[in-house]
Amino acid sequence: MSVNTAKDAGTAEAGRPNGTGARVSLQNLNRHFGATRALDGLTLEIEPGELVALLGPSGCGKTTALRILAGFEIADSGSVTVDGRDVSGVPAAKRDMGMVFQSYSLFPNMSALDNVAFGLRMRKKGTAERRARAGELLEMVGLADQVQQYPHQLSGGQQQRVALARALAIEPSVLLLDEPLSALDAKVRLQLREQIRALQQRLHTTTLFVTHDQEEALSMADRVGVMRSGKLEQLATPAELYARPATAFVAEFVGTMNRIPGEADGDGRIRVLGSTLPITGDRPDGPLDALIRPEELRIAAAPGGNGIVTIATFLGSITRVHALLSGDVTVQVDVPSTESAALSPGTSVRVTVAEAEVLVTGRQ
Amino acid sequence: MAAVAQGTQVATAAGDGPQRRRERTRDGFTPWRWLILILAAIYFLLPLYAALKFAGWGSFGSVVHQSGFGDSLWLSVRLAIITTLITLVLMLPTAVYVHLRLPRLRRLMEGITILPIVIPPVVLIVGLLQIMPGSLKGTPYTLGLIYVVLAMPFAYRSFDAGLRAFDLKTLTEASNSLGAGWPATLWRIVLPNLTTAMLSATVLTVALVLGEYTIASLDLFQTFPVWIVVFDQTSGPESVAASLLALFVTWIFLLAITMAGSRQARRSGRGEVNLFSVSRRDPGRSS
Repeated sequence: MSVNTAKDAGTAEAGRPNGTGARVSLQNLNRHFGATRALDGLTLEIEPGELVALLGPSGCGKTTALRILAGFEIADSGSVTVDGRDVSGVPAAKRDMGMVFQSYSLFPNMSALDNVAFGLRMRKKGTAERRARAGELLEMVGLADQVQQYPHQLSGGQQQRVALARALAIEPSVLLLDEPLSALDAKVRLQLREQIRALQQRLHTTTLFVTHDQEEALSMADRVGVMRSGKLEQLATPAELYARPATAFVAEFVGTMNRIPGEADGDGRIRVLGSTLPITGDRPDGPLDALIRPEELRIAAAPGGNGIVTIATFLGSITRVHALLSGDVTVQVDVPSTESAALSPGTSVRVTVAEAEVLVTGRQ
Repeated sequence: MAAVAQGTQVATAAGDGPQRRRERTRDGFTPWRWLILILAAIYFLLPLYAALKFAGWGSFGSVVHQSGFGDSLWLSVRLAIITTLITLVLMLPTAVYVHLRLPRLRRLMEGITILPIVIPPVVLIVGLLQIMPGSLKGTPYTLGLIYVVLAMPFAYRSFDAGLRAFDLKTLTEASNSLGAGWPATLWRIVLPNLTTAMLSATVLTVALVLGEYTIASLDLFQTFPVWIVVFDQTSGPESVAASLLALFVTWIFLLAITMAGSRQARRSGRGEVNLFSVSRRDPGRSS
């Protein structure tokens, strides 16, 4: 396992208005459910005010990690500290963490305003203060006109915004988002995504965000942790994760990735598409595939080339071209749409690869 | 947090309005349905009419002055109150606990709670009298405790249906994360969402206690139903009037709970909660 914890210093510090965010540290967390190992020595540090997304396929342990931080689950071993204080034995009600759930979690017997004010009520704030603050938060999430509505009178997107306001009302030390967008449709999801990020940056609340949607994770988070089988495969900024994935799993999970069969030589290099490229990362035994992003491939119309265009999909500024290479391998290549006119299906092309280090994986 | 006041306004999404309610299409009443309805109405209402005719209006006035009427009714009312209280205090936390922590035991609980219906009352009372502590024997509390057992199937099913109607786990977790401990969560979140279930459990328990004859009679207590039967041997019309009275009281209870239930359902947007079943309406999906 190669964990990249190096972090772009300054991203979290820049533009920090009041320093309210807490520092969160998960140390060596383990958790079993029967024979299943949900967390396998997970260690994760979240800087004050930072938004870290945990990304991974279902069952990778990301939700378990969040629930342990929230206090809904107890780790078999390991520690959870917030601002240096060990909270492992602190019940959820005393952890001071706001949480937004995947399923709609508003209290059906309370209006939007009362839902948002609930946490303040539990903190023994006066009625006037509660109402004022809850109203402010609902206004902040764009629901000033819906304060008296009951949850069933609100749409899914509105309910999740009330849930967000409710979680933020208590000025939590940590904000926990458990796939808050996955029940919503695409358009609402996109809006709410931007809104959550804007609010989080404004309030500078340390946030852990769990999702299986890579686009969500990459677009919202300061850093993304890719999880697999209870372990953190890589923790890095979205740009670094995409450009320099630490493992083949991360490479294939994040973004589109071509697998192209190559021939390894003895010196840690692999010959692929006519170029010999240095191998980076782990090097399994046996036949190898090189992992190459669509934008790292070059394609040009060439009679008698090494491939034939099968599909060309116009995506706005770029066009994604599928080319069938010899050996029944299909690769995806991104080309600027201005240069894609000659690449219609059936065209004979030559596909080459840009000179760079590549990740490899065992051939399947 | 001054930043809050400045606000981050984001326009409401176009398709983000209140949920559309599903229109339920209902077939018109066909002649067959009318026929069945009328036959059923005759089947149920004719005996009532006959009883009313036999008793005569005057009996309703005189029955209340009969000896034993007040005492037996008061005994039944006390038993109803005791039974209901014990049932609520025992069954509500049990049902909540099973739903939250032991969901796998739900089937088993259903099986266990149906037992009092399957076991004949005579068997129950004989067995229970054997093991009842001496200090309770001969007091009405004996009967109350037995009624708690009898009411269990109805009460548990009411709570079970009520708890299925909302996402108990997520709501309690949300409440916990907002700083509410268990007492506050139960009081402010769980109970308000279970008022209909509690009402229906109460009504079913009260109806059961007010109508139970076998066990009371075997245990030699003159509850209201026992009194009616005894009184029947001396004065027919008045005893029929008394049983009609009991019937109307139960009806009024049922009517009250149905009305209260639909009012709560309207407010919290959930499906109607009937005595045993809950029709769940999906919370607003994004549209």
